[in-house]
Amino acid sequence: MSHFTRLRDLSRSNREPVIHLDNEELMPLPAPLDDPAREHAWTPLSEQCVTRYECGLDDTCAVNIPQPKTAEEEKELVGRFLSGLDKLFDKQNNWTFLQPLLLTMEHCTGCQTCAESCHIFEASGFNELYRPTYRSEILRRLYFKYVRHGGLLSAWQHGNIRLNWPLVARLIELSYRCNLCRRCAQTCPIGCDNGLVAHELRKLFSQEMGIAARELHEQGSMLQLKAGSSTGMTAEIVKDNVDFIDEDISERTGIEVHTPWDVKGADVLLIHNAGEIMAWPENPGAFALILTMAGVNWTMSSELAGYDSINYGLWYDDAQFARVALKHVEAAKKLGVKQIIVGECGHAHKALCVTADRLLTGDFNIPRTSWLPLVRDIVMSGKIKFDPARNDFPVTLHDPCNMVRLMGVVEPQREIVRALCPQFREMEPHGVENYCCGGGSGFAIMSGNNFPDWRFHVAGRKKMEQILNAFADCIGPETPKYLCAPCSNCKGQFRDMLAYYDMWEQNRIMYGGLVELIVNAMVDVKPGFIEWEWR
Amino acid sequence: MTVAVYVAMYAGALLFLVGCLKRIYQYARTPFHLRWELYPVPHEQPDRARYGGSYFESGEWWLSPQAVHHRGDWTAMFREIVFLRGLWEFNPRLWLPSFLFHFGLYLSIVTAGLAIAGAAFGALIPGVVAGRMTADAFVIAGWTGATGILLVLAGSIWLLIRRATDATLKNYTKAGDIFNLTFFIAAFACLAYGFLGSTVNGASFEEIARGALRFDRGTHVGATAGLGLILVSALAAYIPFTHMSHFIAKYFTWHSVRWDDRRNARDGIVESKVAVSLRNRPTWAAAHVGADGKKSWAEIASANPAEEVRK
Ligand code: SF4
Ligand code: SF4
Repeated sequence: MSHFTRLRDLSRSNREPVIHLDNEELMPLPAPLDDPAREHAWTPLSEQCVTRYECGLDDTCAVNIPQPKTAEEEKELVGRFLSGLDKLFDKQNNWTFLQPLLLTMEHCTGCQTCAESCHIFEASGFNELYRPTYRSEILRRLYFKYVRHGGLLSAWQHGNIRLNWPLVARLIELSYRCNLCRRCAQTCPIGCDNGLVAHELRKLFSQEMGIAARELHEQGSMLQLKAGSSTGMTAEIVKDNVDFIDEDISERTGIEVHTPWDVKGADVLLIHNAGEIMAWPENPGAFALILTMAGVNWTMSSELAGYDSINYGLWYDDAQFARVALKHVEAAKKLGVKQIIVGECGHAHKALCVTADRLLTGDFNIPRTSWLPLVRDIVMSGKIKFDPARNDFPVTLHDPCNMVRLMGVVEPQREIVRALCPQFREMEPHGVENYCCGGGSGFAIMSGNNFPDWRFHVAGRKKMEQILNAFADCIGPETPKYLCAPCSNCKGQFRDMLAYYDMWEQNRIMYGGLVELIVNAMVDVKPGFIEWEWR
Repeated sequence: MTVAVYVAMYAGALLFLVGCLKRIYQYARTPFHLRWELYPVPHEQPDRARYGGSYFESGEWWLSPQAVHHRGDWTAMFREIVFLRGLWEFNPRLWLPSFLFHFGLYLSIVTAGLAIAGAAFGALIPGVVAGRMTADAFVIAGWTGATGILLVLAGSIWLLIRRATDATLKNYTKAGDIFNLTFFIAAFACLAYGFLGSTVNGASFEEIARGALRFDRGTHVGATAGLGLILVSALAAYIPFTHMSHFIAKYFTWHSVRWDDRRNARDGIVESKVAVSLRNRPTWAAAHVGADGKKSWAEIASANPAEEVRK
């Protein structure tokens, strides 16, 4: 059993990890993953990683922060951290989140009600380092000491902390051990938000020190602002790919589909997570088919970022977040559409429909909403004929945090699956009390070093437990089962995590989106749209 | 002792008020921030609020005005304030001590209110009816006061024991937390001994209330009761300057963050507040932000660092 991790352990001046994770200490999983043979040993960090980067937190490394060479360099980095810390509590710099952050800093009672609601804390075997309040308490002490310039009395009231480079380096990594799912915030009797604390720390590191996970920044928001999509696809490539998808879908379904591009004055601008176009082409294909059959006047846009709803800035950087959100509405404004509809991507829903709602003014303030009410209304309207018998296999539904707890879109997806999937069963808990898939806040696309080991063993563990429980009555390989995840990011996590545990080969658990289930049940479509082939 | 008690009571009440107003002012003047609500939001349509749904579940929601069911908010707040619903649901082990403590405090506040009202009413309105009402107020205050004192005492002792013995709280218990609970225990133990003990020989609570109103030095306040009142007054003055003022914070965390789902309607009040926020001038130092203290937030958001890299 690991020793109890004190707050002061984060300031330890060596580069030794503060904790080691052991499979035996993690939350046990139900059958069939209770079999030790199906558990994986952790891949150790490479020698190169350990000698080059700051890896002093746990057994993994998400951000690859280069180790400073000299004491001066360390001092300079700590100075930059302190300057960022000041800005975090300054109106001009952090008007975006100052109020909730201050409330969280100044009013936590330390009651720990939030602790057990955190899937990461629970899955880790209640490892102290991952307690939601651990990183918040560090930031709180730094706030009272360095921002409020508290003296001895303040240290007595709020606790003390030793600031040095190892603490900052570990805090950077620790801000990437939270899915920003805000399940903890939902349970806090005061309304403090430990998820926000991780978000604000990431922001400080990015906006002041230029430090962020490469997958989110260079390969994420920067690439999106440069090429148009964080997949690297330019408009020409996307159009080519979508043409191919249209052809494929027309052939597979027997219904002619043609995705409209850049239609001025269309009712709806549909923006997909461009990852769907690359990794799960049947998803945008199914969308095109449904909208075409329902006679919706819709379009896609080939403007910069107008064809990729991803907005990774939501997870680490307000400036990048605002820039990408602006690009999305600029595309809509240019076409003069009536509304933007976000496809199956949870964080894009939250970013564009909710958070960006306090960024947009005048002509940029165009209605932005979820695809779910529109498609629910189409399904329920009777315009299209469905045969639920085509979906007669066990189906469970994952609730993407950003769409459900953080946006309140809970029932439309359930109305659809209840109508079209006779063997639908809920996970427990579900709806706004759901657990994150473990890929939230960017983890699903973060695969550097051995981070996937942490992502599947710890961050995704609770969700894995929920999935296995939902299919407990049919867990054997003789029954194909469908895990419906209407979010690209969550699907990315499920693809990798189910493969890690070999859940398709050994237990026939498949994952996919919701529109695929809708098309699979359409009477006018050739049977077998869902192919039950692992990808 | 009598004068010291009066001064402490007035000073405590005044500092409490000033401290609370300062806190309210501090949070109320923070900028209008990004939307960050959490569902369930209780002022949604009741059938939706039940499971945590929002107006985003409707198609073309922007074509109709936002419906706000204030009753949902009031009901949720009542349950939270009076019964600590959040703890009941998510941390049942902590609910009972916390409930005893908070409910005891509410009763103590009711007692103080009844005492002030009773004393003021009795002094200002002569007559038999008024006299009877005043007497009734003091009888009720006697019961609420005794129950309140005992509940606070029980709750704070329980909470202190939990703090001291629960290993999981090690990282989060500061000397200040122990001091705060000890402060409550000392103050309410003095009140219990001074007013409820079997050897009470000073003025009753009623007499002190009447005396304080007239600043009557002739009222004989017993030593322990007096010490209790001084400590409680000091507590009242101290609370707004600590995290214990979460009753104020909660108003903001609930109404301005968790439940703030106000839409940004075109040309509406939210939009004009956003326009003000976008005029802030940040100084973040990372190169990609491109802040220099002169450019506004709107200008920074309109810039594209990736394009500049390409040049
Ligand atoms: S964040 Fe909230 S729930 Fe967690 S310890 Fe602090 S007050 Fe308690
Ligand atoms: S936001 Fe989610 S992952 Fe992060 S601490 Fe809270 S519950 Fe845990």
